[in-house]
Amino acid sequence: MAVKKFVVGSFDDEAVLFPAVKKVRAAGYKLHDVYTPFPVHGLDHAMGLRETSLHTAGFVYGITGTTTALSVMGWVFTTDWPMNIGGKPHFPLPAFIPITFELTVLFAAVGMVLTFCYLCQLAPFVKKHIFHPRQTDDLFVMAIEVTGKNGAAELKEFLSSVGAKEVNEQTAETGWWLGRYDQESRLYSEPVTVKA
Amino acid sequence: MHLKYESTLREPLVDGVKDYHQVTEDIISPIEAKPGKLWYIGFFISLVLLGFGAFSVFWEVYFGTGVWNLNKTIGWGYDITNFVWWVGIGHAGTLISAILLLFRQGWRTGVNRAAEAMTIFAVMCAGQFPIFHMGRVWMGFFILPYPNTRGPVWVNFNSPLLWDVFAISTYFTVSLLFWYSGLIPDFATVRDRAKTKLRKLLYGVASFGWTGSTKHWQRHESLSLVLAGLSTPLVLSVHTIVSFDFATSVIPGWHTTIFPPYFVAGAIFSGFAMVNTLLIITRKILGLEDYITIGHIEAMNKVIVLTGSVVGVAYLTELFMAWYGAVPYEFDTFYKYRAAGPLGWSYWIMMSCNVISPQVFWFSKMRRNIMVTFVMSIIVNIGMWFERFVIICTSLYRDYLPSSWGYYRPSWPEVGFYVGTFGLFFTCFFLFAKYFPVIAVAEIKSVLKTTGKSYKDKMGKYEAQEVEAFAHDHAHHH
Repeated sequence: MAVKKFVVGSFDDEAVLFPAVKKVRAAGYKLHDVYTPFPVHGLDHAMGLRETSLHTAGFVYGITGTTTALSVMGWVFTTDWPMNIGGKPHFPLPAFIPITFELTVLFAAVGMVLTFCYLCQLAPFVKKHIFHPRQTDDLFVMAIEVTGKNGAAELKEFLSSVGAKEVNEQTAETGWWLGRYDQESRLYSEPVTVKA
Repeated sequence: MHLKYESTLREPLVDGVKDYHQVTEDIISPIEAKPGKLWYIGFFISLVLLGFGAFSVFWEVYFGTGVWNLNKTIGWGYDITNFVWWVGIGHAGTLISAILLLFRQGWRTGVNRAAEAMTIFAVMCAGQFPIFHMGRVWMGFFILPYPNTRGPVWVNFNSPLLWDVFAISTYFTVSLLFWYSGLIPDFATVRDRAKTKLRKLLYGVASFGWTGSTKHWQRHESLSLVLAGLSTPLVLSVHTIVSFDFATSVIPGWHTTIFPPYFVAGAIFSGFAMVNTLLIITRKILGLEDYITIGHIEAMNKVIVLTGSVVGVAYLTELFMAWYGAVPYEFDTFYKYRAAGPLGWSYWIMMSCNVISPQVFWFSKMRRNIMVTFVMSIIVNIGMWFERFVIICTSLYRDYLPSSWGYYRPSWPEVGFYVGTFGLFFTCFFLFAKYFPVIAVAEIKSVLKTTGKSYKDKMGKYEAQEVEAFAHDHAHHH
């Protein structure tokens, strides 16, 4: 992952944030991300983000659970060890329903959470750059990438004009690294090269 | 849950003058402060109970299940009673977090975190009873289906006891995931305002590197919603399956088709009572009265009076069916041995605690009274414990064969084990209250502007204006 240069603006109200996001997109600036302390509904649409397909993944995991349960129980009772239990049939579908249901839910839930963590790059000891310490408290923080097209000064002025309370410039790693929040240093050594 | 605009006529869910930062401050500062004296006393008592429980369990494992007062007639006693009771306690957590999320009930935000924690701890307590009831507990892995070296011997997938294994472990896993995925953003909040290195390290690890990115929030919302959709039928299935342990048998008093809905209602009933017990104490000790308001407590009391009445109808239905079904064994079990026999006292404790006393909650004065609620929450939990005891023991102590009739009273390791699970439950809850955000900070923030008192007060004048303007326009048109 590359280290890039950003202009960061913080807003103290989501009502100011929405028009600002729209103006950033209209002006054609490279909006890196917006960080909010709680899910602000509709912000993803305002930023032009694609709808997540996490729930589709959940459905696929669920179906996997259903088939796993039915096939394992079916195989065990009809093929591997067809035992006569109280004269019951070897493939008693009604009796298989509780376990089938439970495994469907289990596979879907575990699979979705793991996928969520994978997609968002969330795991213990994963460290990411925090643009503003209050972005998880009460500030709505917008990071715009400084590209060749527009200079930092221009972006700063722009952010102030759309209502940002606090504007500054930062160089930051865009991805994640293994590290600890109580330490500044990174655990892997990568030469710090600032892109444009 | 996230309404664009909520009428000022509706009771606010967050009292006092709050902004986003104040919410963080109120909920997270108890984590950063030293716990009070009450916390230490409570935690110490819990540890003592836990220790006594551990000793009782050691005794049982060392000498065998014989130290329990179970016999051929009463094969299930305290152990399964406590198992069903603890599992039931857990159900309110999932109900509050999942079902109320799907039903867009905003009031869940104040109480869901603590309720989910309660679920996890209650299921941990519950699971131990069937495991130690096995006697040779080190053979516990036999209940798992896996290809083994003892020949192709598999577990019996037809058995409700095995369904329990799947149901409880799935329930525990899904509840844990639901709870923890909700905690990640709040841990990040604690991390980002931490002053000490240790706190930064621990909450940094716990928060998985959460930043609050919009894309992450979008996925997080999607995840919560689907997990809620999965947990809703899950919570109903778990207690349904627990009730199958009884309902699929041929013991009079057990094999009734009413069991699944009746058990689920009872579980929600006792679970909400336990949430009330815990939250009344928590809000007082941590000073969270603005977030867990009387309105929240009243809402839970409404659920209690509803489910308590459902349970009451179930008891009466059972009595009716025992008479109407014209099976002499059923009739004897319900009328002669359950309501009137040597264990009849437990039946009447159950009836008065579960059916009669919750009816006080028809009155809003009672629903909104903290002391009444607290006392009732304990009465309900006693009643629900006796319900499980009544179902299990009064059906077993008089069976088809009068020569095997008996009476049941627990031995000290049985009581000790039960007491020990209280120790475990409260030890976990005290640690939770100290080190975790007890209220879902991010979720409160997302409903603050629509349901917060200070915001509603500001909206009040606009609402009055709107009415006038509307009336004016209306008059004009005609």
